Amino acid sequence: MANTKSLRMTLWTVVALCAAIFAYAYFSGGAKNLIGADFGAPFKLSSTTGGEVDSASLKGAPYGMFFGFTHCPEVCPTTLNDMSVALKELGEPAKNFRLFFITVDPDRDTQDVMCDYISNFDPRIVGLIPTDNELQKVAHDFHIYYKKVATSDGGYTMDHTATLFLFGADGKLKSTLGYDEDKTEQMTKLKKLLAG
Amino acid sequence: MNITTKTIAAICLGFAMLMSTANAQDVKVGSITIHHPWIKQPVPGAVAAAYATIENTGKEDDTLLKVAVEGVAIAQIHDMKMQGDVMKMDELKDGLAIPAGKTVELKPNSFHIMLIKATTTFKAGQEVKGTFTFAKAGAVDISFEVETGKPAMGGMKMNGMKMN
Repeated sequence: MANTKSLRMTLWTVVALCAAIFAYAYFSGGAKNLIGADFGAPFKLSSTTGGEVDSASLKGAPYGMFFGFTHCPEVCPTTLNDMSVALKELGEPAKNFRLFFITVDPDRDTQDVMCDYISNFDPRIVGLIPTDNELQKVAHDFHIYYKKVATSDGGYTMDHTATLFLFGADGKLKSTLGYDEDKTEQMTKLKKLLAG
Repeated sequence: MNITTKTIAAICLGFAMLMSTANAQDVKVGSITIHHPWIKQPVPGAVAAAYATIENTGKEDDTLLKVAVEGVAIAQIHDMKMQGDVMKMDELKDGLAIPAGKTVELKPNSFHIMLIKATTTFKAGQEVKGTFTFAKAGAVDISFEVETGKPAMGGMKMNGMKMN
């Protein structure tokens, strides 16, 4: 009997360990585990090009998604600038690529503010302006963290996920570009994406 | 043009060059030295940020309490860091500690002074006056130079992705 008991204990320990490993892999891996999987969900959002962008219409050419806000001093302009340069460098294969910059700060980033801001970058970069409710949904669907952080002047800044998501022509997540990732590696990923 | 006028012109030019480099020189107040105060030329319409390297050669810790920049309604001391995939930004409401014998770098992707509600557009080459106020060393006037910062591709690494 003692043997059965210890065997049972051992088995439960194994189960607990497996659960712990699974949980760790699931929660720590972030977007990396989602590649190839059905990532995100359909969306239809107001666009800086006028009208709405419907995700259903995006299939057929690779595209990217990046969440940020125009009052961002570093990560957002750097990412959008780098991508503008990268798109030019990539040449013909990137002709139909689009990068959607979705604001996590729709209170300040109105249509006009976003249009002005986006005009600084490559025309393949398009701004999307969700309503508060749409933002909650799209951020949840794309695993985006965003949070208002109050500042002493009564204003606020935003913490947000700085990962750029790359989708293939089939609409599936192909890879991600991290903010502090090596530029050469990023270019390799972009080239691979555009090669199909 | 005779020799004398040429000489005077040369001297004037020399002085002009000295004057212009003087702006980029280090500024000292008490045991604090401020090296290379600069503002990164922002994307038009975007928020600009100012940077500097602050050295404390004294035996006492100091704190950068307040920053004022000409043509800017609010200059806030912020800390930016990446936590995993998330960019986090916090205002350092009690100021930025400059420990004794240490050098603290305000640089892209790290500590910076966020220039909120600017009435001026910052263009490379422009000079912008400002004041740093330290808890112990007191206030000191400085002059920021607007710079483009870096080439868009590849240069990012050099500008301090090594976060402490």
